[in-house]
Amino acid sequence: MKVLAGLAVLFLALPAWAAPDAARQNELEHMVRQDCGSCHGMTLKGGLGSPLLPNNLAGKDKAFLAAIILDGRPGTAMPPWRGMLSDEDVDWIVDYLKRGTK
Amino acid sequence: MRSTFILAASALLLAACAPQPKGTGDLGIVIARATGQVVVVDNSAKKPLATVDGLGDLSHASAVYSRDERYAYVAGRDGGLSKVDLLTGTLVKRVMQAGNSIGLSISQDGRVVAVQNYEPGGVRFFDADTLEPLSEIPTHGSKVVGLADAPGAKFVFSLFDAGEIWLADLHDPRHPQVTKFPNIGRQPYDGLITPDGRYYIAGLFGEDGLALLDLWNPDKGVRRILDHYAKGDPALPVYKMPHLRGWAQAGDEILVPAIGHHEVLVIDTNTWTEKARIPVAGQPVFVVARPDHRQVWVNFALPDNGLVQVIDIPSHKVIDTLHPGKAVLHIEFAPKGEQVWLSARDDDKVAVYDTETRQQLTEFKVPSPSGIFFTARAHKIGM
Repeated sequence: MKVLAGLAVLFLALPAWAAPDAARQNELEHMVRQDCGSCHGMTLKGGLGSPLLPNNLAGKDKAFLAAIILDGRPGTAMPPWRGMLSDEDVDWIVDYLKRGTK
Repeated sequence: MRSTFILAASALLLAACAPQPKGTGDLGIVIARATGQVVVVDNSAKKPLATVDGLGDLSHASAVYSRDERYAYVAGRDGGLSKVDLLTGTLVKRVMQAGNSIGLSISQDGRVVAVQNYEPGGVRFFDADTLEPLSEIPTHGSKVVGLADAPGAKFVFSLFDAGEIWLADLHDPRHPQVTKFPNIGRQPYDGLITPDGRYYIAGLFGEDGLALLDLWNPDKGVRRILDHYAKGDPALPVYKMPHLRGWAQAGDEILVPAIGHHEVLVIDTNTWTEKARIPVAGQPVFVVARPDHRQVWVNFALPDNGLVQVIDIPSHKVIDTLHPGKAVLHIEFAPKGEQVWLSARDDDKVAVYDTETRQQLTEFKVPSPSGIFFTARAHKIGM
């Protein structure tokens, strides 16, 4: 019984640290295009920040890209987004950027 | 006699057919950044008049005006330079002039449009009538920010990567002469010119301070002002670069955003020292003085970009906090300041406020609105 209750708690807790749901994905997509876009360009072709199109990111490790988003790049204008974005949000964004936006 | 009659009759007929003559001094444009459109607006009627399509990628677009206030020149992120006719609501001409541009300016005599570029860097100059290229100043890969026109057929701008201010003389627009001021500080992110065109100030992202150039005495070089204004306080993450190109001068004070801090800095223009710092709700992006200089309106970077605060200049106090909508990107006053227009990107609307009562007067829909530019800009130095 205890085990079952434990499982139930685990199950209930899951959504909080699972992949972003569809609504969150929409928010993240909007954020990437509009807010990241204020430096990287709305089409992500670059601006004050580097271009973020799939061919610019090809060959770059996902964990490396996720770390840049979470912790920023000291000495540049890239801020750390930790606090605004969860690890799971950032993983989704890295996949989204590598895949290419529509 | 008969020919006179015919002449008079045909003149009457022409008058009946011709559209009512109309000025453009009460018009402006709003950038619809996500759809590549500009919306022509009527300032007094407080409503959109026409939508112009086909301007490309307008994220971070800005606009300047021809001297007759009829044409808007719009520079888009994709390197496109567009000329829009406000009277007819049409795109007159569009040229692709670079890979990635960030803003533009128009010369003192209105004949040369200058565009500042991130990719490939540099500034390019165009004939304001035809948009034919005239000349360019390469910056060897350094991104150009803070471009402004200055009296004496000059343009002044800053190099983000190189940390320099360059002053270009365009008396001969095909052969610009450049004076370079190196070592002005790390990563200048934008510049402002005082309304009299005398002082150019570049804000620094890479260090706490600003760089000041007296254009009446360029031989004296660039001096650092408000050095180490943060006094060791660690900066917060900057989620959006501030802009200096508002009209942030109010009397003998210039108000500028403190990078990475929830403060507006007040510079005394008599001594060029810090006179005060005003705590605000977030990291300021635009700090814009109402045309009578009694109030300054401020918007903010994420996560406070739904707020606008109003600073009273005599007391240096925040006297109002408004919630105009989601993601407020820009603030533009009517030429004499009785109303202010605010773009709320994520609510797809432009809101118009009375600056005295600070009540909303009206709002209307524009998809993803960003910059708002009224034609009164045509006659301001530094634009």
